[in-house]
Order: sequence, then structure tokens, then C-alpha cells
Amino acid sequence: MTLLNRGRLITLLGLASLAGVYVRALAFTPTERLQGAAQKIYYLHVPAAIWTETAMILVGVAGVFYLFLHDARLDRFAAASAEVGTVFATIVLTTGPIWGKPIWGTWWTWDARLTSMLLLFFLYVGYLLLRGAVADPELRARYSAVLGICGAALVPFIHFSVYFFPTLHPQPIILKPSAPSLPWSMLVTWLYALAAFTLLYIGFVVQRYALSLARDAAGGAERAHG
Amino acid sequence: MRELVTQAWIVARKDLVLEFRTRTALFSAVVFTALVLVVFNFGRDPTAVATIDLAPSILWVTFTFAAMLTLNRAFQLELENQALEGLLVAPLSRASLYWGKLLANLVFVAVVEAVGLPLFVLFFNVPVAHVLGPLVGVIALATVGFVAVGTLFSALLIRLRFAELMLPVLLLPFLIPPLVAAVQVTAHLLGGRPLSEVAGWLRLLAAYDVTFVSLATVLFRYTVDE
Amino acid sequence: MLSADGLRHAFGRVVALDDVTFRLGPGQTLAIFGPNGAGKTTLLKVLAGVIRPQAGSAQVAGGRRAIGWIGHHSHLYDQLTVRENLVFWGSLYGLARARRGARVVAVLERLGIADRADQLVASLSRGLAQRVAIARALIHDPPVLLLDEPFTGLDLAATRELRGLLAELRGAGRVLVLATHNVDEGVELATDVAFQRRGRFVHFAPRGAAGPAAIAAAYQRAVADA
Repeated sequence: MTLLNRGRLITLLGLASLAGVYVRALAFTPTERLQGAAQKIYYLHVPAAIWTETAMILVGVAGVFYLFLHDARLDRFAAASAEVGTVFATIVLTTGPIWGKPIWGTWWTWDARLTSMLLLFFLYVGYLLLRGAVADPELRARYSAVLGICGAALVPFIHFSVYFFPTLHPQPIILKPSAPSLPWSMLVTWLYALAAFTLLYIGFVVQRYALSLARDAAGGAERAHG
Repeated sequence: MRELVTQAWIVARKDLVLEFRTRTALFSAVVFTALVLVVFNFGRDPTAVATIDLAPSILWVTFTFAAMLTLNRAFQLELENQALEGLLVAPLSRASLYWGKLLANLVFVAVVEAVGLPLFVLFFNVPVAHVLGPLVGVIALATVGFVAVGTLFSALLIRLRFAELMLPVLLLPFLIPPLVAAVQVTAHLLGGRPLSEVAGWLRLLAAYDVTFVSLATVLFRYTVDE
Repeated sequence: MLSADGLRHAFGRVVALDDVTFRLGPGQTLAIFGPNGAGKTTLLKVLAGVIRPQAGSAQVAGGRRAIGWIGHHSHLYDQLTVRENLVFWGSLYGLARARRGARVVAVLERLGIADRADQLVASLSRGLAQRVAIARALIHDPPVLLLDEPFTGLDLAATRELRGLLAELRGAGRVLVLATHNVDEGVELATDVAFQRRGRFVHFAPRGAAGPAAIAAAYQRAVADA
């Protein structure tokens, strides 16, 4: 099976899992007392947010390896991860307000977690803009690696602001130092959602990588015949 | 180590001599700072919001804009004089070049801040005498952070078109964590609260500075070599 | 003293260096002739350590400290005086303060511009500025000289003077590498001649007794073949 098709398959699996998560969330998981049905969006929201951050860290890690190894595949992966990260950030930034409106009455709140997603979004946009502005592939890979590494280093700083800044956002329930404080069935649904998003991340990155590989190969063929 | 310091100083000194001889960037940054402070004054209703609530934000927005104006200048100078290639051919380590530029940029931003702070105190009637020491300390900590990242990015952009437009876009997500910390600490100081309450933010600032100055020093050669 | 092994470098689709290999010892002067875009500048930059080749390696005994560079630009700061420029570059090249003053005077006198020492470079005519640029390259008395189209823009008298100066420098056992697209300019100085076309050395041999006409003819032939 070609790389692209493998990617499509994984994505399909991810989407199917996500649908499954939703069925489970809507039909089989208890509704949260304080926030009602609107809380269900949390299953979509938080895993996407986790992957948005992780994707940026992976861009940085790929950057470090690129600077040592100069392997174009690492750069292609970084670009794919960044694009997927942008998509996920957009998901969070749109689902966050959808959730927020019924609970807080406003579309946007400057709470720390939404703000950190916004910052990550800007980080990704900057990264993609930089890539767009450099024509030479080697220079582009090198500059992207530098920006990616700085971006990855910034992620913990963005994250720590969540803990320090007084916020409206519900305090981290799962990703906090002590044990998760969710009832069991909700936790399971959440874990399924995380797995679904993991599949989606991998699926999208593989597809994007395959497309990028095809484009570079076509460019090479042009060079050989041109 | 000694060589690094010596060479960095040679570069910084040259930049300082050039800037103080022509004074163009410095002058426009100082004028801009004064302008921003004046506009802030006309934009608010003193009966509705106490100055002291807005003061930290006003101060930091002003300093950030002023810092951005001076950052472009560092490598613009080399471009104008076509000297960058010469600097790269010389036995000047890339780390020394970075530190030289960093030092010179810090001096310029410090000059602008040294003019901006008294103006701010004057225009907004904010008493700072009792916290001047710690205030200057937090200003220094945050400034080192922005300028460290800004110097690296301005080198990244020299060979690209639209460099002046791209610098703020790339820099934005990197400025927010130190800015948030700086504003929090400033607000506490101006409100007469003890420094110990904001120890966490100060630690964040210090960690940010150490992280990004080190990262920039190491990554600089990947941005500036052809 | 200077060696290149299997150098390869391309900018996107444009091949600038295609398996370039050669060695030069003290007293040798290599004149590289080639049309614009042949990769001569890239080769010099790789030798100078500014560009890291994609494959192969280049060594210059003594490293960057041993290289005097005359590139397409003067690398002089407009708003500094002639003396200030030379002191700056001299100190970057490791000239100790004690020796520096004397060296600056000596090199200015050799180029006939000692009386202009305290004038701003911006106020000099083009011809004089070019002499300062040469002084800059020679300030640290380098054993290796890399010259990229050094005769560009010089009038007949200045060209003759520069040729005389280079012949003198050559005598002291230095290695010179001179890149130009004009055969007449560099031929008499050369001990060895190379023709570069599309990144390749299509000819590399000692000049022997061949005069400018013979070399020019050989060059035309080499360059005419596709």
C-alpha cells in the first residue's frame, strides 16, 4: 500500500474512533452536573489541545535532528507536523468558544488555556509563513529548524502560564500532579478520545508527508528532464 | 571564553559608535515611546478606571513597541553597509557575533526605557520611588528575554523580503509569556505588595532568559551562515 | 596550504559546485575564469568558510584568520572613518593593540591613502573607497588571499596599480585565488589557471609560459562547449 493510502486508512480509523467516542460520550457517559451537555465538547477539546502542543514539540525535535543530520525527510516531517498542528489549534479555537458561550455567555474569554492555544496558533502561522518566504529548500529547512526549536522550547513556558495565571478555565482535572479526579466512565471516554486524536495526528501527518514527498519527487523528475 | 567576550565587545562597540553617531533609530524609538504614552493618556477616562490598574499594561506595551523598533536596526546596519559577508569571513565566532549584537541591542533598548520610565511616571502620576530597585530589576529581566529572541529572529530574516513585517509576526508568541510575567510583577510592585508573592513569575522570567539566550547562542550560526 | 576535495553545492536546482578538487601551495596563484553564474563566488565562499558545502570539504591552513578577502562589497562602514574601519577589522582579525596602530599606518601608506585616515568612508570617492577596501583585506597581513572580481569598476590606472600590488604580495610566498570573468585581468599573475563552467572545473593546469592570447583562446573553446 502506498504511503498516502496508508495515511488515509489511519485517518479513517481515527475518524471512526472519534465517531465511536461521541456515541459513547452522548449515550453512555453521565452528564456533568454543573455544565450539562455542553461539557461533552471537552472530549474533543482537550485531546486536540494536547496534540497541538505535542505536534509543536515534535517540530522542534525534528529540527534538532535536522541540524545534525541534514536529512530532508526530517524537514518534511516537521512541515507536516506543523500543518497538522495548525489544524488542531484551529479546532480548539473554534470548539472552545462554542463550549464557552452557553456557560460563560461570551464567545471569547481571555482565560489561560484558550490564550495558550491562540499563542500556539500564532506560533504555527509564523512557522508556516517563514517556510513560505524562503525559496531555497536547504535554507528553508535550516531556518525552519531554528524557529521550530525555539517554538518547542516556548511550549513549556506557555503551559506554565496556565498554572500561574488566575483563570476562569476549569483547572486541569487530568493533567495535574495528583491523580485524575474524574469519574471512571468519563475518564475512559476521554482516553478513547485521546487515542482517536492520536490516530488522527498520525494519519494526517503521514498523508501530508506523502504528498510532500510526491511533490519533491516530481520536482526532481522535472530537474532530470528539464 | 575570554575571546568570546573580547570579540563580542568589538562588535558591540562598533554598533554603539555607529548608532550614537547617527542617532536615527534611537531617536525615532524615543519619540515613538513618548507618543505612545501621550496617546494612552488621551484614550482613557480617569474617572472610570484608576490609573494604577492600567499602569503596568501601559508601561509594558510601550516598552515592547519600542524594543521592536530597535530590533530591526541591528542587522539592517550590516545589510546597508554590505558588511555581513565580511563579518562571516572574519575569524569571528558566530556566538561572539550574536553576543555583540545582543549587547548593543540591550544598550539601545535600555536607553529608550530609561527615557520611557520617567516619562511614564510623570504622565501617569505613578509613584515608583519606593519600588524603583525591584522595578528596574524586572524591566531588565523581561527586556533581556525579548531582545535575546528578537536578535536571533532579526538575523533569521535578513535575507528574506518583508523582514520588517515578519519580525513582529514571528516574535509575537515569544513575547507573551515574559510580558505576562512582567505585567504581573509590575502590578504587584506598584500595588505595594511584597515581591515574594510573585516569586513564581520571577522564576519564569529568569528561566525564560536563560533558556532563550542559550538557545539563541547555539542556534545563531544556523541562521546567519549562508 | 589550501585544498578542496570533491566539493558539491547546489542552490535549489542551480548547480554551483560540481565535484571541484584541487590543491595549492605557497607561492601559487590560481586564476579562475568563468562566466557569471559559473559558481566562482560560491567556491570562494566555501574556501572562506562562509558556505558549508553539501558534499566534500575545503581546508585553508590557518583557518579564517589566515584569509584576506576581497569580495563584491567593500565591507566598510560608511559612517566610520577609514582608520576606525581598519581598527575594527584589524581587531577582529586578532591584531593586538600594540601592533595595530603601526599596521594601519603601514597599509594606508602602501595604498597611498594615509592622508585620508580620519575621513568618513562615506565622503570618499569610489576609487579611494576601493583602496580602503583593499587595505581592509590586507590589514592582518594574511598568507592567503581570496579575491572575487577585484578589478570590477577600477579604471585603467587603478587596475595596473592593483596588479602591481598583487604581484608584490604574491612574491612573499602567499597563496592567491583570483576569480574573474575577464581573462586579461588575471592571466599574468597566475601560476595556475582554471576554467569553471556550471560548477565544474573544465580545465585546471599550470599556466606555464602561455600568454593571455593563448589562455583566452583556450577559455573560449572550453566555455563554448555545452
